[in-house]
Amino acid sequence: MGSQTRTLWGSGRIGSLHLVAPVWNGGTRGIGGLSRVVAPEGNQKKGRSLLQFLADRFYDVEALRDHLLRKQVSKVHQKNRPFNHINQRYGPYVAGAYFILKQGGAVRFQGREWIRPNQRGHFSLDFLKLQAVPVEAVDASGCAINYQGLDSLLALKELQSLWLQRCPHVDDWCLSRLHPLASSLQELSLAGCPRVSERGLACLHHLWNLRRLDISDLPAVSSPGLTRILVEEMLPSCEVLGADWAQGLKLGPEEQPRDTAGPTPA
Amino acid sequence: MLRRTLLLGLCRGPLGRGLGTHRGGSILGKVEGRGGYRGSWMAPSSSSVTFRTQDPAHDVKTVGRLGGGDRDGKMSEIKKKIQSILPGGDWNPLYDTSYLPPEGSDVVIVGGGVLGLSVAYWLKKLEKPRGAIRVLVVERDHTYSRASTVLSVGGIRQQFSVPENVQLSLFSVDFLRNINEYLAVADDPPLDIQFNPSGYLLLASEKGAAIMENNVKVQRQEGAKVCLMSPEQLRNKFPWINTEGVALASYGMEHEGWFDPWCLLQGLRRKVQSMGVLFCRGEVTRFVSSSNLMKTASGEEVNLKRIHEVHVKIDQSLEYQPVECAIVVNAAGAWSGQVAELAGIGNGPPGTLQGTKLPVELRKRYVYLWHCPQGPGLETPFVIDPSGTYFRREGLGHNYLGGCSPTEEEEPDPGNLEVDHDFFQDRVWPPLAQRVPAFETLKVRSAWAGYYDYNTFDQNGVVGPHPLVINMYFATGFSGHGLQQAPAVGRAVAEMVLEGHFQTINLSSFLFSRFYSGEKVQEHNII
Repeated sequence: MGSQTRTLWGSGRIGSLHLVAPVWNGGTRGIGGLSRVVAPEGNQKKGRSLLQFLADRFYDVEALRDHLLRKQVSKVHQKNRPFNHINQRYGPYVAGAYFILKQGGAVRFQGREWIRPNQRGHFSLDFLKLQAVPVEAVDASGCAINYQGLDSLLALKELQSLWLQRCPHVDDWCLSRLHPLASSLQELSLAGCPRVSERGLACLHHLWNLRRLDISDLPAVSSPGLTRILVEEMLPSCEVLGADWAQGLKLGPEEQPRDTAGPTPA
Repeated sequence: MLRRTLLLGLCRGPLGRGLGTHRGGSILGKVEGRGGYRGSWMAPSSSSVTFRTQDPAHDVKTVGRLGGGDRDGKMSEIKKKIQSILPGGDWNPLYDTSYLPPEGSDVVIVGGGVLGLSVAYWLKKLEKPRGAIRVLVVERDHTYSRASTVLSVGGIRQQFSVPENVQLSLFSVDFLRNINEYLAVADDPPLDIQFNPSGYLLLASEKGAAIMENNVKVQRQEGAKVCLMSPEQLRNKFPWINTEGVALASYGMEHEGWFDPWCLLQGLRRKVQSMGVLFCRGEVTRFVSSSNLMKTASGEEVNLKRIHEVHVKIDQSLEYQPVECAIVVNAAGAWSGQVAELAGIGNGPPGTLQGTKLPVELRKRYVYLWHCPQGPGLETPFVIDPSGTYFRREGLGHNYLGGCSPTEEEEPDPGNLEVDHDFFQDRVWPPLAQRVPAFETLKVRSAWAGYYDYNTFDQNGVVGPHPLVINMYFATGFSGHGLQQAPAVGRAVAEMVLEGHFQTINLSSFLFSRFYSGEKVQEHNII
């Protein structure tokens, strides 16, 4: 309900007017709207042109639109703020775990089960007593973690498995920041991240302990098959899950699909 | 003329009032039916309508006579004419002057490359209140065919020996990372500068190893993430390197790499235009200035000059426009020396402050693109050999870009941008093949040449005002690392112009006065 009230001019009044599309969509909360940074929808274009029309003519509409955009950006910053007081009191492992759980991800301490927040985002604070237990696995799939937020993750020195599937703000800069985890990180998943390209994948060679890497479904990579081959060459002891290397290859003349009704070729 | 105006003034109908007045009458003249002027608007009895204009030669010219016949086509023509005449349209009774710069501007920036646009951006960003300063950017080549920005290899690093350079580069990397927050224009797609965070790898021989260690200490102090590697570690990490002759290597782990400078330029251009900066396509040919003889505190007499007008000559024409200005920013890149001479910098007996020229000159540098299928893979950083040869990966197809800076004796003639392919054979390929054995079988695909705005004094930038020509500010002379420091230098110059002193990064050691006092800020790591 809270997110509905944010559609100021409502879908009832002016058709499907979405303010400040593509970044903000009042109808969905969190990640679904944010992923539209990459692919704005068609109906948002109509709403956007009306908004642009008004913003070109009225200073207050322009200021309102800029304010809403800035608010959206600052919301992501707010989500990625470091919890320094928790870090000082309970140590870096608990602070990192709290950060991930607050974003909606899941954490696994060494020798324990996965801790996940429930449907409403609440999680038990039992892990606050695990100050000396290192965090082994982090599942931040779909979370709004960005370059700033990685501060909290990089303090987890014994992290073995990191899943960053479908994170809308993880980009090449974030990947270049992962090198402090090189000695422990064994599994990394970047499947479905809209901003990761082959340029960021090039700096994964610092992670010499990596054994499993998932780079499937990356829309920003220009040639997925070739990238997978190059990453496999770059990380020889790592199993790379990615696009099939034959994907994107043009068929040669002898492999063209033949017409079965014709005469059988030699 | 008077009679006509009186007639129009006295006989004004609702039409004259509604369309505003221009020299006492309506711009449209009078819409008339048959038989001359009427006292009031009357629906024309025929469907023919005549529009008349008043032009300075006082003779009435008929703009168009629309006869009867098909109304629809004629109606749209009438609508178009009305729209062009109303305010905001492009009808000008005198002549079209849209190609000329304005007659006055608070700040005139000579040069529209990345440094000039960066200064314009930060001036408009840091000004209070909004819209206070009028900025004009004068660029003589709007295709940027010879600009250093777009011909550059696009690298950015923090591995410098001067701490200010490291700070400038760190801020610029921060700017590039958040480029879509800084340069966001509403309703335009976000920028993708295609940053490759692969880092720089500087190799040092025995002689340079001690200097490199010192430099890395300075860089780490400023916050750069650089690590030192021994030859064995180098062989483990990059098996394709031949470490013969290498004693030490410094490798940037974060915030270093290369990007697309054209995208940065276009992003800055777009943003700066949306902030209200005017662009003019022309060349600065003259500065009109005035001098004042002043006494310093110690009683010495100094001749202080102030530039009042900038004469901007339009391309392929003899026409020029004098632009009155308060401040001139010299961001002309490789041609800054010539612009400074126009302002009279360096006219004086040698050895005095008046006689100190701006030591920035054109130097030509070549960049070669080659293909090597057995070459190093995706993890290749920007490698710089102790001999000065450098190369980096380009794309995914085993293509590499690289080159070498010639020594002082071999400097090519900077009169044109022709490429010397023998230079690659003799000076670039041998050290490359020695350092990376796979490069023995490479094939050059293409090459180009670009200019460095080479500072012959100490190869570091000049930032800040001139001590004698008090309203000329410099942002030039970066000798090959201007692109990577442009956002930070732009901010520094804007702070200098708006506040009078540097606020965030202290670049007082980069002022012009060091050319007179002889204090070199020597940068060792110049490619």
